[in-house]
Amino acid sequence: MESVVFFVAALLAIGGALGVVIQRNPFYSVLSLVVHLIALAVLFLLLSAEFIAAAQVIVYAGAVMVLYVFVVAYVGGLEDPLIEPSPVLRVVAPLFAVALGVELSFAILGSGLKGIDGKGAHVAAGFGSPARIGELFLTKFLISFEVVSLLLLIAAVAAVVLARRSKSPEPDRRLAADRPS
Amino acid sequence: MMDIAWYLVLSAFIFCIGVAGVLTRRSPLVILICLELMLNAGNLALVAFSKMTGNGDGQIFALIVMIVAAAEVVVGLGVIVAMFRNRLPMDVDQMDELHG
Repeated sequence: MESVVFFVAALLAIGGALGVVIQRNPFYSVLSLVVHLIALAVLFLLLSAEFIAAAQVIVYAGAVMVLYVFVVAYVGGLEDPLIEPSPVLRVVAPLFAVALGVELSFAILGSGLKGIDGKGAHVAAGFGSPARIGELFLTKFLISFEVVSLLLLIAAVAAVVLARRSKSPEPDRRLAADRPS
Repeated sequence: MMDIAWYLVLSAFIFCIGVAGVLTRRSPLVILICLELMLNAGNLALVAFSKMTGNGDGQIFALIVMIVAAAEVVVGLGVIVAMFRNRLPMDVDQMDELHG
C-alpha cells in the first residue's frame, strides 16, 4: 500500500516538474509547480514529517504560489515563449541534465551509506509533530531560528523597496536612454 | 515501506529537471520557478536523511530551506516587477550589463 502511494506521488512529482520546464506559458508552469509541491507533501507524509508536509501545502502551495500567480498576471504570462534560441544549447542542456541525473543516482546508490537500503530508523509517533519541531527550534537551533526570522524581515523590506514606484522620473528616463532601441 | 534510496534518487531526478529548466528557459519568472524545483529536491533529500537517521535535525534544515526559498522568491519577484516597471526586456540573455 505504501509503495503504491509512493509511486503515484513520485510520478506526480516528476510529471509536475517536467510540466514546469516544458510548458511554454508561465501560468501553466506555476500550476504544474503546485501539483509538484502537493505530491512532495505526500512524500513528506510517508517520511513521517507531518509538520513539514502541512507547511509545504499551506506556505508553499498556498502563499508562495499565490505570489507567483499575481506576478505572472501582472507581468503578462501570455508573452511569446522564451525558449533557448541557440540550437546547440537546446540540445546540450537536456543532455547535461540527464548526465547529471545518472551521475547523481550512481553516487547515491554507490555511496555505501548504511541506512540507505533500509526503511529508515524506527521513529516514535510524534517524530515530525509541531511539538517536536518547535522544541528543536527553541533549544538546539535557537540561533538559526532567530537568524532566519531576521532574514525574512530583511527580505520583506527589500521587496517593498524593490517594487516601489519611484517618485522621481529621472531613473526611468536614464534607463530608457541607456537601452538600445 | 520504501527504501530511503528511492527517495534520494527521486530527489536527484527532480533536481536535474530543475537544472534543465534553468539552462533552457530564458524568462526570469520560469527560471525562478525552476530554482524552486531544485530547492524542493534538496528538501526531499533532507527529510529522507532525517528519516534515515531517526533524528529531527534534517526536518529543521528542510524548514529553514523553505524559509530561505520564500525570501528568495520575494526578492526575485520584486526584481522582476521592477524590471517590468522599467520596461526592461524580460529575457535573462539580454540582462548582461554586469557582464565583465
